[in-house]
Amino acid sequence: MSKIITENLNLWYGNFHALKDINARFQERRITAIIGPSGCGKSTLLRVFNRMNDLIEGVRTTGKVLIDATDILANNIDLVALRRKVGMVFQRPNPFPLSIYENIVFGERIHGGKSSRSKLDEIVETSLKRVFLWEELKDKLHKSALNLSLEQKQRLCIARLIAVKSNILLMDEPCSSLDPQATSRVEELMRELKNNYTIIIVTHNMQQAARVSDDTGFMLLGELVEFGRSEDIFTAPKDKRTEDYITGRYG
Amino acid sequence: MERHFDEELKELNKEILRMSLLTQEAIYKSIESLKNRDRVIATEVIASDKKVDELELVIDERCIDLIARYQPMATDLRFIATAMKINAELERIADLAVDISQRVLELVDKPLLKPLIDIPKLSAVAQGMVRDAIDALVRKDVELAKNVVLSDPDADKLRNSVQEELINDYMARDAKTADRAVPLLLIARHLERICDHATNIAEDVIYMVEAKVVKHHPEEL
Repeated sequence: MSKIITENLNLWYGNFHALKDINARFQERRITAIIGPSGCGKSTLLRVFNRMNDLIEGVRTTGKVLIDATDILANNIDLVALRRKVGMVFQRPNPFPLSIYENIVFGERIHGGKSSRSKLDEIVETSLKRVFLWEELKDKLHKSALNLSLEQKQRLCIARLIAVKSNILLMDEPCSSLDPQATSRVEELMRELKNNYTIIIVTHNMQQAARVSDDTGFMLLGELVEFGRSEDIFTAPKDKRTEDYITGRYG
Repeated sequence: MERHFDEELKELNKEILRMSLLTQEAIYKSIESLKNRDRVIATEVIASDKKVDELELVIDERCIDLIARYQPMATDLRFIATAMKINAELERIADLAVDISQRVLELVDKPLLKPLIDIPKLSAVAQGMVRDAIDALVRKDVELAKNVVLSDPDADKLRNSVQEELINDYMARDAKTADRAVPLLLIARHLERICDHATNIAEDVIYMVEAKVVKHHPEEL
């Protein structure tokens, strides 16, 4: 089932046409990778899904982006609710300068009002278990999150989204600052999470896209050139431009 | 933009072509040894199989190495995957040429059971199919590859015809002919198997060029 549908989506930064007529369907509980050279618009597309581009001056968007059949580009959209539902994980993990515990319950405290201690404890435990950090961190919950390893920080950022019940996870180069072992563990986590979440990952790492994703979209100069099942895109792409890019002939 | 990887792929291509030449030579010589009842040529085919076996390992190793180091995708991946499969098919064809030569050595001191008619025809079909399959590979010619796949039933018919004649007209009538008929039956079987391997190569070529799986799906042709 399609979780996100884009219809004739266009986006301009001032006069620069960054996304051109994007029509795509992102399937629920699958991992979709967006690949393409730097500046092709893949991070811009990702940021459309939780209206992060609104924060940039001079951005203009046309077309439709339907999430669970609601057009999130509409003026009356509740952006706070949207960003809770559609969470984002960044290239560099960005925990708040607070304890591990407070990082996890931060969203709940903002969105949920006054919650009981036992409810918060439950949220922390469930969220950390989901990202396989509970056993490692259960005795250090009140230590600063800034002292964690990069991989733990990235997992914590994912746990923070789980705590606010996001069901779409946008990941912008989530492993680019991690070593191969940590990358592999985060990829395993993504595979686990896709049973309950819709994940869209932007990556420069073609092998990662091939390993982890169910579907892949290739973007070039603001266009979505090809979109399909990853096994087809990486073994038999239909478009010459996709072929050239994934075989390293582009440019 | 020329990639260093392209140089590596060209080397792999050259090795596959060398393997093809060795294999074609083995078939040609094994058939010549049969036609001319030539013990020397038959022995040469058996001896030269070592070269084919060695090259098979070299090609396999190169393919694994390229996959490990370059993690190829799309056409590059299909080419390397196909090269590995074709390598194995060629090695099996060369083994069958050895099998034919061994049958020739069994027959060479015995009087000919009958003039050979269908076996030379089957030999020509087998040689032609292997040649065309390899040409299709070199030229990335899907139409030629399809023709190879479509000609496999001709080989089966000829094999059946040889089998029926040897069994019904000779072995059933006179059991003493078995020691000369059975090697001929086996030779027909070996030739037909060569045609099967040529068909596999042609199917692999179609996959390599068009990413279309026709193996076990003749309707896709």
